[in-house]
Amino acid sequence: MTGTALAPRPAAAPAKSRTPLGRHRLADPAVGVWLAAAAVTALGWIVVDARGGDFLTLTNVVGILQNSVALGLVAVGQTAVILTGSLDLSVAYLISLGTLVAATTMEDGSVVTGVLAVLALSAAVGLANGLIVTGLKVNAFIATLGTAFILRGWIEDNYTGPAGKVPASFQHLGYDRMGPVPVSLFLLLAVTVALWVITRRTRFGHHLYATGGDEHAARLSGVRTRRTVIAAHVLCSLCVGAAALFLASRLGAGAPWAGTEARYDLESIAAVVLGGTVLAGGRGGVVGTLGGVLVLAVLDSVFNQLGVDPFFKNVVRGVVIIAAVALYARRGARRSA
Amino acid sequence: MTRNRSPRPRRRPTAPTAAAVLATALLAALTACSSDAPAEAPAASGQNAEQKDDSGDKPSKFFDRAEYDRQLTLSGQTPKGPAARPWEQMLAPKMTDTARYRKKGEADDVDLCFSNAGVFNPWRQVGLKNMKAEVELHDEIDDFTVLDAQGKDDKQISDIQELAGNKDCDALIVSPNTTATLTPAVKEACGKLPVIVFDRGVETDCAVTFINPIGGYGYGAVAADFLVDEVKPKGKILALRISPGVDVLETRWSAAKLAFEKSELDVVDVKFTDGDPAKTKSVVSDAIARHGAIDGVWMDSGATAVAAVEAFEDSGADVPPLTGEDQQDFLETWKDKKLTAIAPTYPTFQWRTPVIAALRILKGEQVPKEWKLPQPTVTEDNLDDYLQDGMPPLHYAMCGCQKLPGFPGAWGGKK
Amino acid sequence: MSTGTATDAPQKRAPAPATATYRTIARVLGTGAPVYALLIVLLVALAATDPGFYEPDRFLAFVKRAAPLVILAAGQYLVIVCGEFDLSVGAIVTAGVVAAAEVYGTYPDAPWALMTAGLLLAGAAAGLLNGLITTVLRVPSFITTLGMMLILEGAVFYWTGGSPQGRLPEDFRRLGRDTALGWLPWAVLACVVAGVLVVLLMRSDFGRTLVATGDSERAARLAGVRVRRVRVLAFVLSGVAAALAAVLVGGFSGVSAQAGRGYEFEAITAVVLGGVALGGGRGSVVAAMAGAFSLQALFTFLNLQGVSGALESTVQGVIVIAAVGLGAADFSRLRRRAHPPGPPTAAPPAPATPSRTHREGHPHDPQP
Repeated sequence: MTGTALAPRPAAAPAKSRTPLGRHRLADPAVGVWLAAAAVTALGWIVVDARGGDFLTLTNVVGILQNSVALGLVAVGQTAVILTGSLDLSVAYLISLGTLVAATTMEDGSVVTGVLAVLALSAAVGLANGLIVTGLKVNAFIATLGTAFILRGWIEDNYTGPAGKVPASFQHLGYDRMGPVPVSLFLLLAVTVALWVITRRTRFGHHLYATGGDEHAARLSGVRTRRTVIAAHVLCSLCVGAAALFLASRLGAGAPWAGTEARYDLESIAAVVLGGTVLAGGRGGVVGTLGGVLVLAVLDSVFNQLGVDPFFKNVVRGVVIIAAVALYARRGARRSA
Repeated sequence: MTRNRSPRPRRRPTAPTAAAVLATALLAALTACSSDAPAEAPAASGQNAEQKDDSGDKPSKFFDRAEYDRQLTLSGQTPKGPAARPWEQMLAPKMTDTARYRKKGEADDVDLCFSNAGVFNPWRQVGLKNMKAEVELHDEIDDFTVLDAQGKDDKQISDIQELAGNKDCDALIVSPNTTATLTPAVKEACGKLPVIVFDRGVETDCAVTFINPIGGYGYGAVAADFLVDEVKPKGKILALRISPGVDVLETRWSAAKLAFEKSELDVVDVKFTDGDPAKTKSVVSDAIARHGAIDGVWMDSGATAVAAVEAFEDSGADVPPLTGEDQQDFLETWKDKKLTAIAPTYPTFQWRTPVIAALRILKGEQVPKEWKLPQPTVTEDNLDDYLQDGMPPLHYAMCGCQKLPGFPGAWGGKK
Repeated sequence: MSTGTATDAPQKRAPAPATATYRTIARVLGTGAPVYALLIVLLVALAATDPGFYEPDRFLAFVKRAAPLVILAAGQYLVIVCGEFDLSVGAIVTAGVVAAAEVYGTYPDAPWALMTAGLLLAGAAAGLLNGLITTVLRVPSFITTLGMMLILEGAVFYWTGGSPQGRLPEDFRRLGRDTALGWLPWAVLACVVAGVLVVLLMRSDFGRTLVATGDSERAARLAGVRVRRVRVLAFVLSGVAAALAAVLVGGFSGVSAQAGRGYEFEAITAVVLGGVALGGGRGSVVAAMAGAFSLQALFTFLNLQGVSGALESTVQGVIVIAAVGLGAADFSRLRRRAHPPGPPTAAPPAPATPSRTHREGHPHDPQP
């Protein structure tokens, strides 16, 4: 799958014949972030081991993977919108509302209606976001922030706390493991693969990158940029819906703060850029994003093991995010020079 | 900045690969061979969705008459245990046998593990300091592991799984972030090691003991009754709440609402402040402007009490009778400005109790199935007993920490 | 998206008198026309809801309450108009208040002037760091300031163990709480001074280069603008504004561990409400500050209306989207009809601004 990371770059093409393939691979953010994830794991293992702990235990690895699922689903969706040069700040409240809708619908109806209700809700919110951004020409930052406020009011007006109950059959998604691997991880992988196929192997994906790269040029060459942006927003919200379903199954109920306490809005954007996707759009991909999510999860686990002060964690996260993006910018500059 | 206009279209079909992965995922779901889920679904909750409480006049879904009556009864009782150490006291205890949890081998080699919801407010920060100091008191505790969920339910579920799966943990202390959502994880952990739950509960009684003070109804009622006594009939009451949907705070408000409904007081406004002093000042001054005068202020927690007092001062009005909490800054303002006030508490000394309980359980001594702690109230008469100079403004007076190692420095105070 | 820019034909050197008048109006109001309309509607609505609202002391109290947001919006405007973001301002406010309390905890007798100056300096330092990381390391400012937000919040709470250990003395709090001459709140004075300074700044050469930089970095650089320096300075000023807001907020309501929560989004919303384009190059600072007043008026209105606390945010979301959507629509129509030359800021464009060079050379520069 890492082969996809070799997204061709016009500027890099001539350089390719001169530089060895290996170096080129290393310079790619998507490869880099996976290497970084491996490095952080190794470092964490050494540090924790030195302190008499045991880092690479089964429980721990399972925990890391499990903790990546929710953020991973959101971040993969966020990648799609960021690739078009847009972004989505409404994801956190959509998750909260999604868990509530899932749990309350499943309580009265069946699991299937619950899943459908959440996906329908997500698609509607994504569509609204896309239409506001393209139709009303409101900047995505403000548009999705506005949607977030609207969802927040909706949640606070309708739910006064955790609500609904998820049937035991649906909780398998959140708790079951296949051997050591959590089932939910397969959900994340399935969604990632689906997104990867969509972004890299379809005409729509082609348009996605084109719109994010240079909207004007894309439009001139016949890409329906508006439609593309709207579809990207719908796609993102559907991924968020999947995250909400996963969280509902894990929490067993809907929680109004499921999405906001974890700051999925900013965290997902951080994971996306950590994975090498350019915030302005047009470059990057879901594979890198998954690596970014993994780096954050491994860091978290290392801090857990070392008993690091939770406030200090934020400092490190901030530094890591800035440093990573600075590194990508430097590499990108060297290549295009 | 070079921009990649478009990825090179690829011809190689990948659909089969994708299909294969999807199929694997599907298969995995079907043939899942192990599950961390508890055997049965979480017990039916009392929090089931009865939505739409928008008018505010219907009884809140959080209101539980039987529990309300129980708490008011408990408030009138004298707790058992040493009066000087309220964190070891218990109200109406029903003891449970713990012989099966007795730790074999060396008794001076205890590893305690704690899954904390987070330290996202001063109450929890003071509490965690109390707990850590309590651990220091006991030489038999070899290791004390704390995992902080930073307010995320999902992370706390993983934390509990991680600690329950950790062979080194002799007992697990849990302070749940949310009642309903952590029930499955706690149930699962109960099968592996003795679990002690405190502060917020879970919807299962599998824990060896559940430690908490009398509770929100007691808190809300004490505060409301004070205003009913102090404010003249028909007086205008402003109710300030932190945010909707927090169970602990909802019970406080539902008890207060009941008391106000029975009285002749007029609750003119119920506002959410998000615990933000600036917003509180705005809300209070707007309320004064809108209603001419406010004759009493009820608050569901003390974080915004001083801001409310200042709002009255800034608008040139007298500070009416008001309720707060045992936060240092409010107690100081109360004393300095000679306010008419009361401070019910949700004592932070309850953070000491889980450690004591864990050690008793590991020794096989009896503990109450539900360990109800007393919930003292700060009044004008005992204000001086609780107010200690030199503590930081966001310290909680009811910490029971005055004799713990490191006091007052570790709590940010000065001698 | 690329509203307006595509049709931005080369300027007419000698416009007809009728269009000239129209252009003057359009230029004075700039892209801010919708925000002034919104502000007027809200202020009228407030008067209708609460007849006492315009009593001098009540109105001044309203302005005092709005002051921190207005100052933050002014600072945020400088960053946005040159094409960047500053998400760290909320964290600077929180960190400023908590750090001041912490320092007072150790040195209870520190003079307030020194403390205030220290905070402003620290705000400038945070802004400088933001600016340098963004320009020298070429990290997008969204990420730089997001990281800075995490770092500042984490660091200040790590330092204080989660909650501030000291309290803010009365003399430090005077600026945010007390009044000068017995009637004029110091905060209002600070707000007016900051407003005048920033308007003067935008009329200076620096202001024009700032807008030009946001309009097209390349063109600005070709015209001899030191783009990096201009941007770094914008971040520094935003940091100082945030620190000033911290002094006012800390003074107004005292120590709080969440003093600045949400301010970054409110400030950006205010600026955008003022018709300032995210991505830079367009909009006036007066309109941005009017956006902040509108937002505060909206909060007050919802509060006085007794709108259920829960629905407040929904109303806020709808109004923000509607106002910005309306602004975007209005703007494109206005421009198509009138073709106002240069950036429609309050400042009249100088004869040879870099921006003009750019507009002739790159009519299709994409706008985010």
